[in-house]
Amino acid sequence: MDLVVAIIFQLVYGIANLALISLGLAIIFGMMRVINLAHGEFLMLGGYTVVVATNAGVNIWIAMLILAPLVVGIIGVIVERVLIRWLYGRMVDTLLATWGLSLLLIGLVTSIFGASTATTISPPLGIIRIGDYSASGYELFLIGVTIILFIAVFATLKLTRLGLVARGTMQNPEMSSALGVSTTRIYMITFGLGAGVTGLAGGLLAPVTGVLPTIGATYIAKAFITVISGGSAILAGTATGSILLGGINGIFAFITGPTIGEVALLVAAIVLLRLMPRGITGRFFRKFL
Amino acid sequence: MNGGNTLKAMRPVIIFALIGIIFMFLAPYVLQLFTIINLTTAIALAVLALSLALVWGFGGILCFGQVAFFGLGAYAYTIGAINFGGSTWAILVSIMVSAAFAALLGYFVFFGRVSDVYLGVITLTVTLIFFSLIRRTSGPEYKIGNAQIGGFNGVTSPPLNLPWDTSAFLFPEQVFYVAMAALIICYLFCGWLVTTHFGRVCVGIRENELRSELLGYDSRLYKLGIFTISAGIAAVGGVLFCNGVGRITPDVFNLYNAALTIIWVIVGGRGTLIGPIAATFGLFYLTSALGGQSVLNNNLVLGAILIFFVLLVPKGVAPTITDWFVGRRKPRRASRRRRRAGLRDKVKEV
Repeated sequence: MDLVVAIIFQLVYGIANLALISLGLAIIFGMMRVINLAHGEFLMLGGYTVVVATNAGVNIWIAMLILAPLVVGIIGVIVERVLIRWLYGRMVDTLLATWGLSLLLIGLVTSIFGASTATTISPPLGIIRIGDYSASGYELFLIGVTIILFIAVFATLKLTRLGLVARGTMQNPEMSSALGVSTTRIYMITFGLGAGVTGLAGGLLAPVTGVLPTIGATYIAKAFITVISGGSAILAGTATGSILLGGINGIFAFITGPTIGEVALLVAAIVLLRLMPRGITGRFFRKFL
Repeated sequence: MNGGNTLKAMRPVIIFALIGIIFMFLAPYVLQLFTIINLTTAIALAVLALSLALVWGFGGILCFGQVAFFGLGAYAYTIGAINFGGSTWAILVSIMVSAAFAALLGYFVFFGRVSDVYLGVITLTVTLIFFSLIRRTSGPEYKIGNAQIGGFNGVTSPPLNLPWDTSAFLFPEQVFYVAMAALIICYLFCGWLVTTHFGRVCVGIRENELRSELLGYDSRLYKLGIFTISAGIAAVGGVLFCNGVGRITPDVFNLYNAALTIIWVIVGGRGTLIGPIAATFGLFYLTSALGGQSVLNNNLVLGAILIFFVLLVPKGVAPTITDWFVGRRKPRRASRRRRRAGLRDKVKEV
């Protein structure tokens, strides 16, 4: 019984982890049809923000929950103003430009902080016990944060005026601007929010994974495949994508080890796309956010 | 299309190939052995660039993971050569493995009608999964036949030998001849392919997929075809690469190399074959020079180059030069109209 609970806990953590690293990407993709190839680097920047801030004596919770999203969100807004806004409607060029940005950020961070791992910070919470097994309290905390983050994004999109305007712009930009909405401002805010959520995720994962200039590459493959499998609905897509792929990954990793788990995740995603080219939410849950 | 027309359409390709042949015979007399060995690696990368130029520039397929086929080819060659004890069959196996993998992946994405942007992301993801998968194969239990995959450290590649004579290994200078010849053959093949009916249908699909389908061409099959062929060519590059370097490591699959391949084609110009090849040589020497100093990081420079070209020179160097010459020869007004038409229809020349 304890073993079952421990395994389910790990499975849920894997799913939450996938959802956490993908949500920022999904927001930007779902709202703006922009696939941000610098997503991994935004996560990396979130991690570095936390490391630099804690080394400077800032409380780790403030660094993770406030500073990381703030800093990366501001970087996101700058990137949108300088780079992305010239390329709206040209998906391939956006993809290439953000890839250039990704290399640029890796290079910049390597020049500043060096190519090796920056000072690691240990996960701040202790161990929780499940009968004979133990699990990290920080993992439980991450699951909780992911759920809260989903609720917060849902509430923002569904209950606030900004969310209403943003959803309107997403559905029909011309009509929104005809009704007096500044669509460029909405795009800027959306990109900033997506980047901020990404920064938060990067900051929260920094104690678990450590930070490296090239750490983005380890996240993006999973994040992309989750978002693409999920389809264009931001929350429902990320959630279903994470549950399906995280579940498959977790089960295979439990049976055969982590290597096969990742391959199984990829194979599942490719077969899924053969069956549902527009992602899960392209076929099911269409009315969801 | 009759033979005369094909020759006429291929004239620039043949001219560049002849320049390549002259270079191939002159270089060993002019350059030092060290430069020749370095050049062999650059040639291998040029074959990779050529394969992407074909599939992206002419097939319109945004493949961000061309290095996956390149690396897979290199691994298949190395493992094959260790097991067979010679390189002849290993080269064939390498091309077959890459092409077969591309055909399998291509079946899922093209027959699933995955759009081009998704395709880029999926191929990139496949590449990154290869990277993390092969990195983890360091234990002695991971072996294929007699070959240890070797995880992070990679495998030492056996050198090329004369066909069916496993004792006659080629020296670095001879490998240079082989590499250059392979590049020229691949270049001529691609140049010929795009003038054939198949190649022209592929270009038609790139320009307007719906219209091509309404004319009765099954775009999925044509895309799968050109994708598979380009993967085979990438594998040739992989074989040359692991011969030039002497070993193959999982780093070939990393994000940096995937980006580099895209940058060669962007800088050289989509829709040309010689542009990406030239860009490969140029950027190869640029990054080598950058490696010698410590002020500017390679990633930083390449990222800046990529952003610069996407924003300001989206057509790449070769088409821009061609347009400039064409524009100078014609009266000004006509040139402006041509340029505008060029932007709209993406008229491309080899």
